[in-house]
Parts: sequence; structure tokens; C-alpha cells
Amino acid sequence: MNYKTEDNKNVIEIENLQKSFGSNYVIRGFSLNVKEKESVAVLGQSGSGKSVLIKCVIGLIETDKGNIKVLGKDIQQLDQLELDQLRTDIGFLFQSNALYDSMTVRENLEFPLRRLRRDKSKDEIDAAVKEALEDVGLFHTLNLMPSELSGGMRKRVSIARTLIVQPKIILYDEPTTGLDPITAREINLLMNKVQEKYKTASIIISHDLDCIKLTAQRIVILKDGINYQEGSYEELKNSKDKWVKAFFNT
Amino acid sequence: MIKTAFQFKSIRHFLFLVGDIGRFALRFFREGFHPPFEWKEVFKQSVEIGYRSLSLVGVTAFIMGLVLTIQSRPTLVEFGAESWLPAMVSVSLIREIGPVITALICAGKIGSRIGAELGSMRVTEQIDAMEVSGTNPFKYLVTTRILSTTLMLPLLVILADTIALYGAFLAVNIKGAVSFQLFFNQVFETLRFSDLIPSIVKSFFFGFAIGLIGCYMGYNSKKGTEGVGNSANSAVVISSLMVFILDLIAVQITDLFYEL
Repeated sequence: MNYKTEDNKNVIEIENLQKSFGSNYVIRGFSLNVKEKESVAVLGQSGSGKSVLIKCVIGLIETDKGNIKVLGKDIQQLDQLELDQLRTDIGFLFQSNALYDSMTVRENLEFPLRRLRRDKSKDEIDAAVKEALEDVGLFHTLNLMPSELSGGMRKRVSIARTLIVQPKIILYDEPTTGLDPITAREINLLMNKVQEKYKTASIIISHDLDCIKLTAQRIVILKDGINYQEGSYEELKNSKDKWVKAFFNT
Repeated sequence: MIKTAFQFKSIRHFLFLVGDIGRFALRFFREGFHPPFEWKEVFKQSVEIGYRSLSLVGVTAFIMGLVLTIQSRPTLVEFGAESWLPAMVSVSLIREIGPVITALICAGKIGSRIGAELGSMRVTEQIDAMEVSGTNPFKYLVTTRILSTTLMLPLLVILADTIALYGAFLAVNIKGAVSFQLFFNQVFETLRFSDLIPSIVKSFFFGFAIGLIGCYMGYNSKKGTEGVGNSANSAVVISSLMVFILDLIAVQITDLFYEL
């Protein structure tokens, strides 16, 4: 997917982000802007701090230094209620899917709706669940438990749960890790479909080049805790830099 | 030198743990009594914690009453005080053995369940998923479980005491012949409200401690599957210890009232 980004306003602004765990400096000054409806991939080796980065964006991990603005709000300045409110506009797809294993697929999808959209009637909730599951092609799994689903199906249900609150931004943490190539491709296409239908902006964290090639308009390489290189897939693939070359040609 | 440093580190770790559990308990009081209330989840957990423990608590209590009576009889016979058996057994059961044994069983069954469940939710990022979806996981998972254990344990203790007394009645009749009415007349003549009330009050505290420790250990679980195992294990060990410490404090306070 290589269509041009529209000249829209930034929905995510990360400026000189720094984060360490004890003496381990994971992010040392990372900056990134994501525009409305734009898909940006953050590429890097395992352990390079990619997941830490998006967990900082959603406020799951506190930053040491730097600023993060999401939808115009500085997340470090928000109190818990304001942060919870902001999070209703952000979807987060976990690497492990993080489906609630004591709930059925239906209950998993209803859970955020019942808590965040308390004004919705039962019929409205049922309709939203149906639409989200149909979007990912899994309406027939409505009453199954997560343990009864395959890895790819769990990922799809997880995407449906993310979509159901109709977020403006989706953060994908390694969306295709652990999936076979066919299922991974299906998930990539589903991510594109979601982006086109719901006009979401997204940050995709991955080291899967096929996923990034298919889903991202812009790629930022995170290495040694900083923006190492940035560009489109083709630009980076033809990079003269030894490390980038090795990464793209392995 | 190394030994001293190690001891210092252990003491510091222990004090840190106590402080952290204290903060966790304060957070429960801060968040547990502010709307919105999670009544549906409290009910669900109460069924899980209370109803699903009935058979275990019942069987254990029955055996407890039976064994205590059988073991006490020879000593009382020796002193010619066999007729005191129902009175002695009932006071022992109601004031001490019933609440403590029930709390220990619940520390094992409920404490480990909560520790493992929340620990597993922590390591599989389910708690993070709740948080990013704008739900307060502390309120939804922790306050509901602590409230349920606090409310359910006294009910389980009352049930255990009742069944244990039936066990005692059967044991009395193994080597003697005491009618149901005579046995329970003797029991209720001996028992006072001052025996029953402290026993029920302390079981609220036992329930609170079991819920608190189980939730604390699970909610702060680390290091993958090993962490889940450690959470369940620590929940049982620490909450069992807490039951004895609270019992010691309760006995001292009750004695103060008796002296007045």
C-alpha cells in the first residue's frame, strides 16, 4: 500500500522521547509525527524498544523525558480520568492479543462498549458487535471462548475488539508475529481494510518486512533508541546504509 | 559482612513489601467506595468465592468437629468431666478453631485462585488491555474480589461452625448417648454473644486479608509463567500468615473486653 499521505494535522506528536529501565537506556531521544489517516511503521530489531515506544504513547509506561501529544493532548499532563477518556479514541492491538480468556468472543467485544458507552442500548451493542465481527469475517465465533480459536482468529477478534469503539488511532504491536505467511497476509489486508473503512491513523510496530510493505506508508527505523532512518519501503530497501541494507536483504 | 548485607537487603525488601501492600489497601478504600460500583462483578465473584467453597468448607468443618470431640473425650473422662464435652467443644469451635481453620482453607483455595488468575491476566497483558480500553482494572478486578472475600468469609465461618457442631454431636454419640436436643441445649447454654461476635468480626478481617494479599500478589505478578506460580504461592503463604497474625491481635483485643 503506497498511496500518498494527505496534508492533514498531526494526531500523534512524539518529541525527544527518552525511557530507561534502571541502567538500560531503551529510548534515547526518539521523535515522530503521525498525521490523520496515516499509517507509520516503526521497524527495529527485537529488544530495540518498539513496544515500549507505543506503550509510552498510550500511557501504559511513564516516560523519563520528552513530550507525547495524542490528539492534541499532552499525555503526561492528563489525570487518570482524562487519560481514560483519551484512550477511548485509541485502539491498541497487543502482540499477545490479550483477549479476556474467561469471557466469550461476544463478551470480549461487549466489554469496552458496556463500560465506555454506557448510554448504548442492548440492541445497539448487539449491532456493533455484529458489525465488528463481520468486518473481520468471524461472526460465527460469537459464542466461542478465546481458547477455542486459532492464532489468526484470535488476532482478528482482537482487531474487532479494537474497532468496536471506533477509535481515531490504532496502535499495532507486532500484528503478524507468530502467524503463518498466509494468515499474516490476511491480517495485513484486514489492517488495510480497517484503515480505509474507518479512516484511522496508525502506528505499526513490527520487524516483519512483508507486513510493513503491505500496510505502512512511511517507515521509521528505531535503532539504538533513536530515529536511525526514515522513508518509504522502496527508499529504505535501496538505502546505502550497511545496517539497513542487511535488515532489508536478510 | 556478606551475611549482614544480605540480611539488610531482606529486611529492606520485607519493609518495602509491607509498605506496598499498605498502599494497595489504601487504594482499595479510595477506589472501592466511589461510583461507578461493579455490583455485577461483586456478585459473580461472591458466587465463585462463597458458593464454590461450600463443599470443601463443609466437609472440612464436619471432620474438624468430629476429630476435636473424639480427641477431647479421653482427657475429660479422666477428670470425670465428660458431661462438659459439648460445652468445651462448642466454645473451642466457635471462638477459635472454626474461624481460623476456615480462613486457612480459604487462604489456600481462594487466595491461590485469585493470585493465579490475576497473575495470569497480568502476564498475558489482559490487565493492560483493560487499562488501554479506558476501564479501571483495579476497580473492576481488585476491589470486587476483596469486597467479595470480605463478605463471604464470615458466611463460610458461620456455615463451618454449624456443620462442625453437627460433627461434634455425632462424635459424642459414638461412645455415648446424648440426644440432639440435650447436646444443643448444652451448647447454647455455654455460648454467649461475646463468643460469637468477635469470631464473626475477625472473620471479616481474615476475608479482607486473603482478598488483599491474593489480589496484590496477582496484580503485581512478574516474569511470565514462573511469576504466576510465585504469585499463587506467595498469596497462600502470606495470607495464611496474616490469618495467624490477625488472630493473635483479635485474641488480645477480645481479652481486653473480657477483663472490662
